[in-house]
Amino acid sequence: MDELLRDFLNETGESLDLVDAELVRFEQDPNNGQILGNIFRLVHTIKGTCGFLALSRLETLTHAAETLMGKFRDGMPVTADAVTLILATLDRIKTILDGIERLEQEPAGDDNDLIERLGSMARHEGPPRQESPARQDNAARQENPPPQSAPDVAPERADAEPAAAPAIEAGAQVTFEAGDKPAAEVGEKLATHSIRVSVETLDHLMTTVSELVLTRNQLLEIVRRHEDSDFKVPLQRLSNVTAELQEGVMKTRMQPIGNAWQKLPRIVRDLGAELDKDIELEMYGAETELDRQVLELVKDPLTHLVRNCADHGIEGPAERMAAGKTKNGTIRLSACHQGGHIIIEIADDGRGLDTMRIRAKAIESGLATEAEMAAKSDGEICNFIFSPGFSTAAEVTSISGRGVGMDVVRSNIEQIGGTVDLKSIPGGGATFTIKIPLTLAIVSALIVEAGGERFAIPQLSVLELVRAGSSGEHRIERIKDTPVLRLRNTLLPLLHLKEVLKLGAADSDGGFVVVTQVGNLVFGAIVDSVFHTEEIVIKPMSSKLRHIGVFSGTTILGDGSVIMILDPNGVAQALGRAAQTAQADAPELKQSAEIASEATVSLLVFRAGSQQPKAVPLSLVTRLEEIDCRRIEISDGRHLVQYRDQLMPLLRIDTETGLKHEGAQPILVFSDHGRSMGLVVDEIVDIVEDRLDIEVASNRPGVLGYAVVKGLTTEIVDVGHFLPQAFEDWFRNRDGTAARAAHSVLLVDDSAFFRDMLAPLIKAAGYQVVAVGSAADALAALKSGARFDLVVTDVEMPDMDGFALAEAMRRAPGTAAIPIIALAAMVSADAIERGRAVGFHDFVAKFDRTGLIAAIKEQSADVERAA
Amino acid sequence: MTNDSAKLTEYVTFTSAGQLFGLPIERVQDVFKPTNITRVPLAGSEIAGVLNLRGRIVTAIHLSARLDLEHRGHAAATKDYAPMAIGLEYEAESFGLLVDFVGEVLKLTEADREPNPINLDRKLARVSSGVFRLDGQLLVVLDVGRVLDLGAEAAAA
Repeated sequence: MDELLRDFLNETGESLDLVDAELVRFEQDPNNGQILGNIFRLVHTIKGTCGFLALSRLETLTHAAETLMGKFRDGMPVTADAVTLILATLDRIKTILDGIERLEQEPAGDDNDLIERLGSMARHEGPPRQESPARQDNAARQENPPPQSAPDVAPERADAEPAAAPAIEAGAQVTFEAGDKPAAEVGEKLATHSIRVSVETLDHLMTTVSELVLTRNQLLEIVRRHEDSDFKVPLQRLSNVTAELQEGVMKTRMQPIGNAWQKLPRIVRDLGAELDKDIELEMYGAETELDRQVLELVKDPLTHLVRNCADHGIEGPAERMAAGKTKNGTIRLSACHQGGHIIIEIADDGRGLDTMRIRAKAIESGLATEAEMAAKSDGEICNFIFSPGFSTAAEVTSISGRGVGMDVVRSNIEQIGGTVDLKSIPGGGATFTIKIPLTLAIVSALIVEAGGERFAIPQLSVLELVRAGSSGEHRIERIKDTPVLRLRNTLLPLLHLKEVLKLGAADSDGGFVVVTQVGNLVFGAIVDSVFHTEEIVIKPMSSKLRHIGVFSGTTILGDGSVIMILDPNGVAQALGRAAQTAQADAPELKQSAEIASEATVSLLVFRAGSQQPKAVPLSLVTRLEEIDCRRIEISDGRHLVQYRDQLMPLLRIDTETGLKHEGAQPILVFSDHGRSMGLVVDEIVDIVEDRLDIEVASNRPGVLGYAVVKGLTTEIVDVGHFLPQAFEDWFRNRDGTAARAAHSVLLVDDSAFFRDMLAPLIKAAGYQVVAVGSAADALAALKSGARFDLVVTDVEMPDMDGFALAEAMRRAPGTAAIPIIALAAMVSADAIERGRAVGFHDFVAKFDRTGLIAAIKEQSADVERAA
Repeated sequence: MTNDSAKLTEYVTFTSAGQLFGLPIERVQDVFKPTNITRVPLAGSEIAGVLNLRGRIVTAIHLSARLDLEHRGHAAATKDYAPMAIGLEYEAESFGLLVDFVGEVLKLTEADREPNPINLDRKLARVSSGVFRLDGQLLVVLDVGRVLDLGAEAAAA
């Protein structure tokens, strides 16, 4: 295509988007001459260029639109009809432009209908400058309406002899450069200094910088080996400049999210007019920046969600008035940065989701049984709208809405590593929260080796790493020829990565098992060794290799070598083929494994400091990691390491445990509430299923006591001792421990996992804990005469749930006064309400350990006061 | 390429398994010594692997394996040994053709290019866009698009 024509198409497309947004603003603020001036200039530029390029159809059409807008400038009242007409004209212009892009010439057609209407409207000259014309409340409202300015500000030249066209073009150019900024700022920033750079240039720059970074790394490596090198200082400088350059280039790829929002005011306005609703669109944080690639991908889901809010969420004016709300509904769009993510919220103050309908529909379409639905909170039920297939249910969408394509919205967002969440208040509106990474280009990956080759596995799908030996408890077993691993309560299907990739036969059953999750499927991939995690820059696969399903891309490592990125999905498919034959045998063994493990606890056995083995319950450990010693930093006398974008403190069990100076340092990671701490160990020995009977208690801080594990006396480490050392506020204020020691807490939870996890925590906060596995056991314990000051209970339990337990306790005189703290997997408003009714004193989310300790402290303080 | 028969075209010449090949110079991005090739499991035998060339990821293709050429003599590019590579840019991707030896750039008249002999090996004929008779040996002109069209070949085979 002609270079000139392509430029014209690009620029005009951008100008038109801008005119769209400006017009909606103008309709709302018709006396703002500055906005009118902007629009006029843009349309005029298009007209001028059309004449130059001999696009006569476009020229005639823009001329007619310009004439009408000229009338506005001369004081003709701006009516909603007029704006609608001009918007229609713009749509026609876009259609013609699309045609030009396809055919490289103007498509045939006739615009006389529009020209006629534009002309007749322009002839109906009204009295000059009327106040309060168009439907103000229907218009989209911007964050910062620009200051009012005199109507005559519009540049004189805009009425424009062709000779003046170049100068006007220059003006327009600046205007839509500013248009890259949030729409609200357009107009005020006419003096912005910017130039156009093609995306290819930027991408190329990015590649070059990556290359520079790699070279820099190689140089650093060389200099590191030569202590007294003259290169050291200049290289340090080079290193810093490179880092700055890299950051700068990354920045050029960032664009304000407002770019993705530009079309929304128009969409909302049109929908409002069409549905006869009064809708305001509020936009906050349009300047929040993210990678342009992500921006492109998030555009459609966002538009879809906003459309849904306008279409289904916001009620008509009559319904709103009846519900005691303001006549006009509001859609609130906001964006902000949070860590390495951007959070986008789309909220409306409409009717909210109809959970009854969704519930009925979900049961009807077989997504869940009635019993399952009954146990679900409203929040969980709302999430059903994201289920695939739910969207096609027309009768639900027409009544409660939010169905059409919601699964597509979610899958689009998940594709770029994001999440979407939904909160709905019946009658009060719904809020969608989207969380997406700032950039797609970089992900965290685990580097492993199989068959002599290294591969990257996206960290996102890695659950944990298990070291498997051919002997010992954690060994790989076989059912017929299928390798499996007993991992805690489950039987993990395994595959040899080496075999999947045809890099040779699996020779031994040793190595590491990378426990990987794909959807609901959890499997283990056996690899020869595991190196480290690394932030990798994903490069697309060569087209010649794209057919190989087990890879999703390639990347260049820090040392300059290229490695393949494994696609866990593709690897799992290999498992499917093998699993079909083994399926018949598996359940039987799984059952026996479960029975065997019932009375036992998984213990992670490790060595640190002394030769005597130490152990912690595995359920408390979040992850086992090996960290490159060079990454360990010392700050304020504490060892720290950067771990998943956070600084993680490293603690030693005792002073005897030294940190290694080179190579990999194994650590146990304990995470809670977004914070992590690493416990430095010398060596991870094994994971053992055994009964945990602490036979000798210990007075030493940090040691719960001693137990016999696999025939060896093993020190059971008290994790609760170390957590507060890492973060002083881990348990929020541990003072007064002695006073509280008298308090005794009854912990009720059907899940052994949570009992394992919570009991030591509560104990560590200075309480005595008795843990039981069911509501019936709890009532028995309460009746047995033991004194409990506080009951902490899970809400969801089989047979008798937390609510029933509370009711039973309230009925019995001896237990009626004991405060109850409820633990729920999800805290919802109606659950809290129901909890209050049966007498829960507090409601804590199950994973909110800090909150739990705070709640216990508060309730026991009340008991003290009462006593 | 043009039909103008008097026109001179510059060809980068190279050998693979003893056979002389040529590529129009404007199709050749660079000539480099491939190092550190990463094997790609499950890929076809003609794919030698991927490598990092100044920040670009290059897919390395064994010309001899691609064309089923048999190696005679010792200077043979194998899976683990490839002396030289011809860097190509094709459809916005980077490729490297692994060859044994890169020779000089020859200026040849288009008029002298002859069509493939009808008895030319099928696989070779598919990727060749003609033959030049040079002193003492024949130069097979490669068509980049067809050399890199691995899929069609597999489908045809």
